[in-house]
Amino acid sequence: MTDSHGRGTDAPLADLLRTDPRVVTAGADLLGQALRDQAVPVTEVDWRPPLLGEDGEDRLGEDRAGRTYRALRTVLGDARRTVANARALERMCAAGSELVAIRPASEVLGLEKGQFLHAGPPLEWERASGPMRGALIGATVFEGIADTPEEAERLLASGSLEFEPCHHRDAVGPMAGVVSPSMWMFELRDPVHGNTSYCSLNEGLGKVLRYGAYGPEVQTRLRWMADVLGPVLSRAVAAHGSVDVAAIVAQMVQMGDEGHNRNRSATLMWLRDLLPDLVSLGVDGTDLADVVRFVGANDHFALNLVMPTCKLAMLAAADIEGSSMVTVMARNGTDFGIQTAGTGREWFTGPANRPEGLFLGDFGPDDANPDIGDSAITETAGIGGFVMAAAPAIVRLVGGDVDFALAATRRMYEITLGEHPRIQVPILEFRGAPAGIDVTQVVRTGILPQINTGMAGAVAGTGQVGAGLVTPPERCFTAALDALASRATPGAEVGAVRA
Amino acid sequence: MTDHVEVRRGSYADSVSLMQVTQRVRDAGGVRAAVVAMATPLNVEVLADLGFEPGDAGPNDLVVAIRGEDAEGIAAGIAALEAGLAALARASAGAGGFGPAEPARTTASAFRRDPDATLGFVSVPGPGAFAEASDAIAAGRSVMVFSDNVDLEAEIALKAAAAEAGVLVMGPDCGTALVGGVALGFANRVRAGSIGLVAASGTGAQQVMCLLDAAGAGVSHCLGLGGRDLGARVRGASARTALAALAADPATDRVVVVSKPADPQVVAEVEALADGLGVPVHWITLGPGRPDLTAGVEEVLTAAGLGVPTWPTWSPSTASAAAPDAAPSDAPPGPAQPADPRGAADASEAADDPIGATAHPLGAADTSAAPFDPASPADPASPADGPYLRGLYCGGTLADEAMLIAAETLGPIRSNIPLADEQRLSGRAASIGHVVVDFGDDELTAGRPHPMIDPGLRLERIAAEAADPTCGVLLLDLVLGYGAHPDPAPALAAAITDARAVAADQGRDLPVVVALVGAADDPQGLEATGRALADVGAHVFASNAHATRHALRLLTRKDG
Repeated sequence: MTDSHGRGTDAPLADLLRTDPRVVTAGADLLGQALRDQAVPVTEVDWRPPLLGEDGEDRLGEDRAGRTYRALRTVLGDARRTVANARALERMCAAGSELVAIRPASEVLGLEKGQFLHAGPPLEWERASGPMRGALIGATVFEGIADTPEEAERLLASGSLEFEPCHHRDAVGPMAGVVSPSMWMFELRDPVHGNTSYCSLNEGLGKVLRYGAYGPEVQTRLRWMADVLGPVLSRAVAAHGSVDVAAIVAQMVQMGDEGHNRNRSATLMWLRDLLPDLVSLGVDGTDLADVVRFVGANDHFALNLVMPTCKLAMLAAADIEGSSMVTVMARNGTDFGIQTAGTGREWFTGPANRPEGLFLGDFGPDDANPDIGDSAITETAGIGGFVMAAAPAIVRLVGGDVDFALAATRRMYEITLGEHPRIQVPILEFRGAPAGIDVTQVVRTGILPQINTGMAGAVAGTGQVGAGLVTPPERCFTAALDALASRATPGAEVGAVRA
Repeated sequence: MTDHVEVRRGSYADSVSLMQVTQRVRDAGGVRAAVVAMATPLNVEVLADLGFEPGDAGPNDLVVAIRGEDAEGIAAGIAALEAGLAALARASAGAGGFGPAEPARTTASAFRRDPDATLGFVSVPGPGAFAEASDAIAAGRSVMVFSDNVDLEAEIALKAAAAEAGVLVMGPDCGTALVGGVALGFANRVRAGSIGLVAASGTGAQQVMCLLDAAGAGVSHCLGLGGRDLGARVRGASARTALAALAADPATDRVVVVSKPADPQVVAEVEALADGLGVPVHWITLGPGRPDLTAGVEEVLTAAGLGVPTWPTWSPSTASAAAPDAAPSDAPPGPAQPADPRGAADASEAADDPIGATAHPLGAADTSAAPFDPASPADPASPADGPYLRGLYCGGTLADEAMLIAAETLGPIRSNIPLADEQRLSGRAASIGHVVVDFGDDELTAGRPHPMIDPGLRLERIAAEAADPTCGVLLLDLVLGYGAHPDPAPALAAAITDARAVAADQGRDLPVVVALVGAADDPQGLEATGRALADVGAHVFASNAHATRHALRLLTRKDG
């Protein structure tokens, strides 16, 4: 197109010079006000200083803010970042999740007697918190390695037993997340990208292993789950064929579940799918009734399907060089750790925060352990606390209110790369869930990912003491940013880096 | 009847949304039937029942099937489809639903909220500016970086990214721009016209725009560059884009580049580029032996066939400052310039003003080509009692210009932005000899607003100079317009009154000369501001060059 001057509208800066200005402002309000005084439409950025980086002796003379700014500039200037992040988001949102089998951990993960998995980043026994120790003790007794909790503790402290993060085996575990060889595992496959992930069967609420309880009732339940629940459900899944859990997750968010602390509709949808095959198995009537009652009465049963579904989404986005997207958030009760797409399987950790929320019975804040569990994989994948607006029924349990839930979900869009095309928040006009946490956006805005969580008792053997809200420590993100900066494409880095 | 079937791979929307889009397509004129759906087995069956053949589409692919009465019907259906899909995208990016929107926390987020925004404006602390400006460039928008203290490497990286994206980075440290009639940062409300500015200097551009405005000439756009753009490292990256854009802009017939001294080779390169653009390009580049800003504007006006007017002044009216009816002439009588009708109108307006007794537009225009002559006919008023010139400026380029002019008469001038390094004197140090201070320099703005917004530091310095018996003449600037203090005259007038009183108590007369850079329509009121300052005894000039020459005349007369 050309105008009467013969100068085309595709000429340089034609959009800027030939349309009435509309301005986005970041910074001094006085200058934005001057624009509004001229009747210019203005969209303001509520700019805040970024998170401060760690003190570093390697760069003398550079203050913490300077360190953050330099790292941000390097990562934002990485020529690969835009494409890498778009690819990470696209793969994350495209991932499917099908429950293909239920099998013992010894079989699907090759876990051997004396080997255990646990939640969060790597951990030594000496630094393990009460609920983590309790769960490991319980699992050691459950596997028959020790006869008493005292003996189990001695063995664990001696270093003769092995334990490593679930994430290192593409598995996820809620709360303590302890997995032992005899436990039965959900096995889920992403048909789009070919990844597989795993999670144990959920034990229900109260005094349960994942909250650090290990007493006789815990042992009895674990035994029944291994002897009856696992095998029966396994046969039902085999008879039914694979179950599309990704579809269940998309639907649950439209039904008032956020997928972390509320999994009621997902549990019932899953049971509905399996029920015809369950009752057709011909298993003992009492066992069948026990299985159906156990699953149906446990509102959290589907958490252990939602979590590996989220893990599959994040596995699809893993190992994309140049991407600053968070692929793992996980806590072991002592440390909070994250991984990013652009930094392989390296953990960036900081001391886990203590959740704030509501307490069961006589328990209070002093009874709560710091944040624990792999369940923050839900927020990593854009649900859980990120879609709290979709789950008004949950917000009071975690100590918030509906306004808070709406604001929290809206706030998460400021730190995410996009919106999930399939997981939608009805109350926000079916806006896609805030998907793909971007390390640079977290550091720039200082907005930390919002996590809904259960609270474990700090003392081993206690169990659950409440539920609440928590955020990761800042240093996970500043450390990840530093690592991304050090891996930025040579030549893409801008700014003088001091030797 | 004709069918249109297409498969859009990897494009997903939920079924309810797609049913809404389908309805929109069916409602388009000339459409008989339509299905827009994900190619699930059920939908493939629906398509087949309608006689459409979706090919090998899978459940993750979007199928569009339209049956139209003719090709026009198909086209109408496709238009409705695109509109419907675009509406879906808009709805999802928006902030619909319950509850108040959360504030945007990054520039990227703000651009998503207003997809029609045309420009980013960044004034966050310098080290944070890179991220915000990068967001704007990534969104395909030009950005003005008002922030200073942005390091050179960041500027180079931003401008490289902008060149790739086909957008303009104005800045960093770009104080002034005018785009599509909108003043950005520190800028004046000047009339619209056909002269485009490319400015590597903020207050220099303001002086040029205000003088053009006073001459009745209008400005199309003023695109800022930042002070380092024409330097050896940035190599005119933004200047090239800005020149090309203005050359292609139908509203612009003539371009003026305003700059402080720049890298000669870069200037030569950009000049060569400018020569090939097909529009006249004038350069107003300050430097020793080069025309001042006012002279540069006069050249532009003359080249454009416009008259050079008498530049406005406001003469002191208080008895101690000016002899009645002695129009202070800041230049020797020169050949009369062709009077611009609008300039004349301005003058007669001033004369008709009931309180216009204080405003005396000069009878004779300055011709900067004429050398300054300290022995020119003396203004009998305002003998300066101290030997030294003290220039206290808010505008860096105006301070530069004052020093370039004054140095020709006075020799070396100390400054925090000296013409030569040997004359460096901290802006916080007490004055020694002739001194010009730029209060807008980083040294004096760290941790506080620009002096055009917060005049505190300069007002203190005016008091300090008043008490110094070696201070002969105070030369000040005052810049009006958007971004500047909403009503700076009262505080400055009070400071001038106090300064003159302090000097008078010491038995000195302290002349005060003010360069008032403003446009007639500026929010602060040019006329009222000029008059308020003249009322307390200041000699006020719309031209900084003329103000400086007048200050020199007052000073050297005393010496003589």
